[in-house]
Amino acid sequence: MTAHQKMDKADSRNRLDDMVQGLVGSPMDRPDGPLKVSGRATYAHEWDVPDMLYGVLVRATISKGRVTDVASSYLIGKNGVRAVITDDRLLRRPAQGGADEAPPQGSKQVDYFGQPIALVVADSFEQARHGANILAVSYEAEGNAAFDPEAADTETDQPEDDQLDQGDLDQAMTDAAFTVDQVYRTPGHNSAAMEPHCAIASWDGDKLTLRGSYQMLNFNINELADALHIVPDNIRMLSPYVGGGFGSKLGISPEAVSAAIAAKEIGQPVCVALSRPQVFETTMRRSETRQHVRLACGEDGVLTGIGHECLVSNLPGESFYEPVTQATHFMYGGKHRKLGIEVARINRTCGGSVRAPGEAVGMQVLENAMDELAEAAGIDPVELRRRNVPDRHPEQDIPYSSRRFIEALDEGAIIFEWDKRNKMPGSLREGDWLIGHGMAGAARVNILSEAKAKVTLLADGSAVVETDMTDIGTGTYAILTQIAGEMLGLPADKIETKLGDSDLPSGPGSGGSWGAASTGSAVFLACEDIRKAIAKKLGIDEADLRLAEGKAGRGDTAQPITEVLDGTPISAIGHIEPGQTLEEMQQATYGSYFAEVAVNAVTGETRVKRMLGVFGAGRILNEKTATSQCYGGMIWGIGSALTEELVFDNRDGHIVNHDLAEYHIPVNLDVPQIEVVLLEERDEWASPIQAKGIGELGICGAAAAVTNAIYNATGIRIRDYPATLDKLLADLPGG
Amino acid sequence: METTELSVNGKTHKLEADSRVTLLDALRNHLGLTGTKKGCDHGQCGACTVIVEGRRINSCLTLACMHDGDEITTIEGLGEPGNLSALQSAFVAHDGFQCGYCTPGQICSATAMLEEAKAGWPSFVSDDLEGPDALSDEEISERMSGNLCRCAAYPNIVDAIRKVAGAKS
Repeated sequence: MTAHQKMDKADSRNRLDDMVQGLVGSPMDRPDGPLKVSGRATYAHEWDVPDMLYGVLVRATISKGRVTDVASSYLIGKNGVRAVITDDRLLRRPAQGGADEAPPQGSKQVDYFGQPIALVVADSFEQARHGANILAVSYEAEGNAAFDPEAADTETDQPEDDQLDQGDLDQAMTDAAFTVDQVYRTPGHNSAAMEPHCAIASWDGDKLTLRGSYQMLNFNINELADALHIVPDNIRMLSPYVGGGFGSKLGISPEAVSAAIAAKEIGQPVCVALSRPQVFETTMRRSETRQHVRLACGEDGVLTGIGHECLVSNLPGESFYEPVTQATHFMYGGKHRKLGIEVARINRTCGGSVRAPGEAVGMQVLENAMDELAEAAGIDPVELRRRNVPDRHPEQDIPYSSRRFIEALDEGAIIFEWDKRNKMPGSLREGDWLIGHGMAGAARVNILSEAKAKVTLLADGSAVVETDMTDIGTGTYAILTQIAGEMLGLPADKIETKLGDSDLPSGPGSGGSWGAASTGSAVFLACEDIRKAIAKKLGIDEADLRLAEGKAGRGDTAQPITEVLDGTPISAIGHIEPGQTLEEMQQATYGSYFAEVAVNAVTGETRVKRMLGVFGAGRILNEKTATSQCYGGMIWGIGSALTEELVFDNRDGHIVNHDLAEYHIPVNLDVPQIEVVLLEERDEWASPIQAKGIGELGICGAAAAVTNAIYNATGIRIRDYPATLDKLLADLPGG
Repeated sequence: METTELSVNGKTHKLEADSRVTLLDALRNHLGLTGTKKGCDHGQCGACTVIVEGRRINSCLTLACMHDGDEITTIEGLGEPGNLSALQSAFVAHDGFQCGYCTPGQICSATAMLEEAKAGWPSFVSDDLEGPDALSDEEISERMSGNLCRCAAYPNIVDAIRKVAGAKS
């Protein structure tokens, strides 16, 4: 049985609300929790594979040019070294999310400092690492590399379909009662997932099994097959547990292909794990951005124009660019609009998706500019945003699906006691600390992707959910278990959810916040089909079927589901496809952030004292895991605001701070006990389960709440992120 | 090759390994105890935290051959599904993790940290060198700041530890 639904129209049946098991939405503990807290969950490096060898990648120490010689002969056969792989199929760059084909290959050509150019394979990790360290490589460097995205002679291009010039923004700026016209900069970021990328490749004849850490297996097997010049049917990828992704594991990376080539060549399984510096250098970075924002409004604060023109960077030939203006297109009104992206082509580590590409840095800056406009116009920042919520999409003239932005603003303001704040910048002091409050809006586009999942109701009254979907910490094991349990009337411990196996029915994986709504809908559809089969057996309408606690029936009459099944399991595949509702309605998630900071008047150190996020993301499938996702996003926002910055040396483009000692992600003491409020919402245009994505919403503007609070505390505008001490010291009040 | 006797979770292992093998890689690659995680291999993230002779250390920063005869406790020794330790259960109940990769290190660290606090050790945020009377949220956060969590489950990690410590918020 296959149950198919294409989202060509709203699904307002809200079927999940008719169910009575009480699982969906509840703060259920993760079923994978006991394994994870006891060290029994098997991550990529941790499979017991007999006769496994270890491979360590060698990095380029030039930024552009060619490898002319790899002196491997003196290494091989000594000290445990088995092979030095310099195969033309080695990846030069990681695959972009959803690439579905091999990224640039051939590591004799060097595009950036740190690029993998060879793999040393040995009996032990220590032997391979030593071999990689001493391998002598000769290069022919090219002198025409570009490193600085803002240098006058750096080549740039403009993606054609991301330029908008509507009305006359220049005139709107001239005619406006109040304006903002500022340039902001955000630095590069790294996902820095705690688990470094890793792959174990083993071959059985022509069949490859790759145990790795990847977010989108459905695409990853095609990328791997294309890179290896084999057919996808000969590959099985396993990623049941992924130690964080945040975009960095959307596509395959050099470890996957090098492990597979080495294992085939040597005839033994090979494990390749990236070192932490290699994670920084050879996987994805978020591009730095330069954002020129112009806002124009009348006396009433209503926007007449928005300009958001951005410079980002990537390697030559990469089609991905940080889509900085993604939410600016629909967030606020204003007839006159000029939005654009320019991409500088430079020889730095590949630019790609890092949690919430686009909004993470775009909303951050737009919400800073809105704060500046609120001050210029003398209007409360919450009220200014309320006044600029458009009725229809200001560019495409289409309606919005469910949008709880104003509720998020209002509820946040009440909970945070926004009206009690000190409004005069730099005037509230407690001892050595300057206290300030700030807020910002949140928005992130919503995406539904094609997904399939199989659900089997077994004769013993338990059920199995199967899909190649991944759980990268997002809570997939929990929410798919909850949806199946809710629909089939089974407690969670009667459901087994199997994930992260490319042999299972395929979905879009984890990324872009689409996983839960997409694969969740596929599970829902499969269960709906099973419900119909049960109803048929009972001779009743599915609408009247009541399934709860392992019993089936209508009204008060119920019998054990095992009796209804009578020894015969029921299986169905659910299949969801996006449709017209994505084109006809502007779909997004919304929210608000409120922050209180203390800035040390002597040192310039900023501490976040309080932070609140209020979010509307459609139906919440698990209150606990959804809240955790929001914590994560908001804390990433604290990192973006205060500490996170990839530092590049513009002499050769290398990343100066390529590890966790120098690239400063927030630590426990950097973070207060954050408060998250999830608004009740059903978005019938988004999915048959009325859910939207929530994994990225928490970061989309969060940093702005912090820096707007810093302004309120000190009177200093941060337009060059992050807000490190040096940027505050000189102008601190009373300093 | 070095021969080292390690007592891990109460069981003695005779390790024959290269002298360059870290305690972390000895546990993971030689003894099959993969609960201890490698996040950075540089002592920067805390994912590899284990308890050696009662004290929490980064197992990536020490060589296995330096621990001949030492008592080592890893996450596997603290509890297992169906018989979790109080901290392990609290991490599940409070969602003190997301991807789960830093989690064994967090829990080993917290296990030893509670003992440090009980013994009156002060921290950077303690008011005096006698140590705090009770573990405030700030004390917990400071004492756990050597364990990075990129999923940023910090508020829930603090909740879980506070619950077990019985400390006042």
